[in-house]
Amino acid sequence: MCGLCGMLGGGEHWTNHPGEGGNRRRERLQQVTLLSRVLRAYGLTIEDWQGRSFLLGSRTGHTEIVDNLGAVWPAAAKLLGRRLDPLDPAFLAALVPGGRA
Amino acid sequence: MADAAALLPLNVITGFLGSGKTTLLRRLLDAPELADTAVLVNEFGEIGLDHHLLQRLDDEIVLLQSGCLCCTIRGDMSAALRDLYARREVGAVPAFRRVAVETTGLADPTPILATVMSDPVLCHHFRLGTVITTVDAVNGALHLRRQPESVKQAAVADRIVVTKTDIAEPLAVADLYRRLRQLNPSATLIAAPLELADPAALLTQDSYDPQAKSAEVRSWFAAVAADEPDEHGHDVNRHDDAIGAFSLVFDAPLDWTMFGLWLSMLLADHGEDVLRVKGLLNVRGSPSPVVIHGVQHIVHPPAHLDAWPDADRRSRIVFITRGIERAAVARSLAAFQRLAAEGAPAC
Repeated sequence: MCGLCGMLGGGEHWTNHPGEGGNRRRERLQQVTLLSRVLRAYGLTIEDWQGRSFLLGSRTGHTEIVDNLGAVWPAAAKLLGRRLDPLDPAFLAALVPGGRA
Repeated sequence: MADAAALLPLNVITGFLGSGKTTLLRRLLDAPELADTAVLVNEFGEIGLDHHLLQRLDDEIVLLQSGCLCCTIRGDMSAALRDLYARREVGAVPAFRRVAVETTGLADPTPILATVMSDPVLCHHFRLGTVITTVDAVNGALHLRRQPESVKQAAVADRIVVTKTDIAEPLAVADLYRRLRQLNPSATLIAAPLELADPAALLTQDSYDPQAKSAEVRSWFAAVAADEPDEHGHDVNRHDDAIGAFSLVFDAPLDWTMFGLWLSMLLADHGEDVLRVKGLLNVRGSPSPVVIHGVQHIVHPPAHLDAWPDADRRSRIVFITRGIERAAVARSLAAFQRLAAEGAPAC
């Protein structure tokens, strides 16, 4: 699976936990919750889409369905018109307020 | 995704011009345990490879729609592998159990790795095995200084075989070892003469081998401990935009969901500069450690080890990067983990 391109589609991604009998539904909800928190720092929203894909939205009302986590980032960068850099100190300050990043 | 243990391993043999790739490959193919290996080569060299499953590749690189240069798919290799597999299935060729690909000396091996790991058909039949890089002890240091391809070949290796040590100056060989260790501490460095190199250690004993995987994962971190930043937080191996390695260690178990989210975001934005990432993770709620292994934008499906390979229960991750600071990566991952630990507020 290409993390950037999300080639396979269909929700398949390496981050889907490798077995061990975890509760996939709960893990999915947790993933959407955390993803929502991260994307909020950019003014974007994300929701689960039928348990398999994500619905990504911008403040201007644009929405896009993306197949998997790997495809979220390039889609979000396209909506924003700029990179989403997890190493960016300004982003980290917005993510974890109070200078704790 | 198919069970990785059931997939046919594909080994990549790379190395700069004249570094002894073909000699090594010929030596490996002489080993009885590798008799069922199909070989793909970019060019028929001067050293003949007398092998019953030998096929030539032509250079055809297909750029994916993403436009990412490191995620190029080798169209020729993809077609050759699909054809080889189809012929294997109908019995037109012997039922090979492994594929070895020899690159050209000037090749960036990354597109080959990308092809095996991300081609939507191939990844259901093949998996990436070890990447073996030959480095010439006489000219290797010069190549590493002047040829970016040579640096990349060493940086993505799982095994580095230093050749021609018998005709090189001992001090030069020692300097070369140090440079290779800086570039890629997670690779096994092999300096034995080619005739003494153990084919199994080079090709088959990887992190998917049930008997070898624990030792293999332990070896990723064996040379890294000495490379930890000093007490002032300086990373002795990091300079400007050079390729180098660093490791991160986390005492507390990691939240898997947030780790995956973070790594996928990091690789989406910086994947071209993350040449390799290998990790052994203590995941919250998981009784056994999780192994991760990636090349640039692409990550292998994570796998569990049956048990910890040693007494150290901390999460350990080795990054081989170009121009990415250890402190920035550590700060970012820690912030994401803190967010997960605090619990994400409702949005």
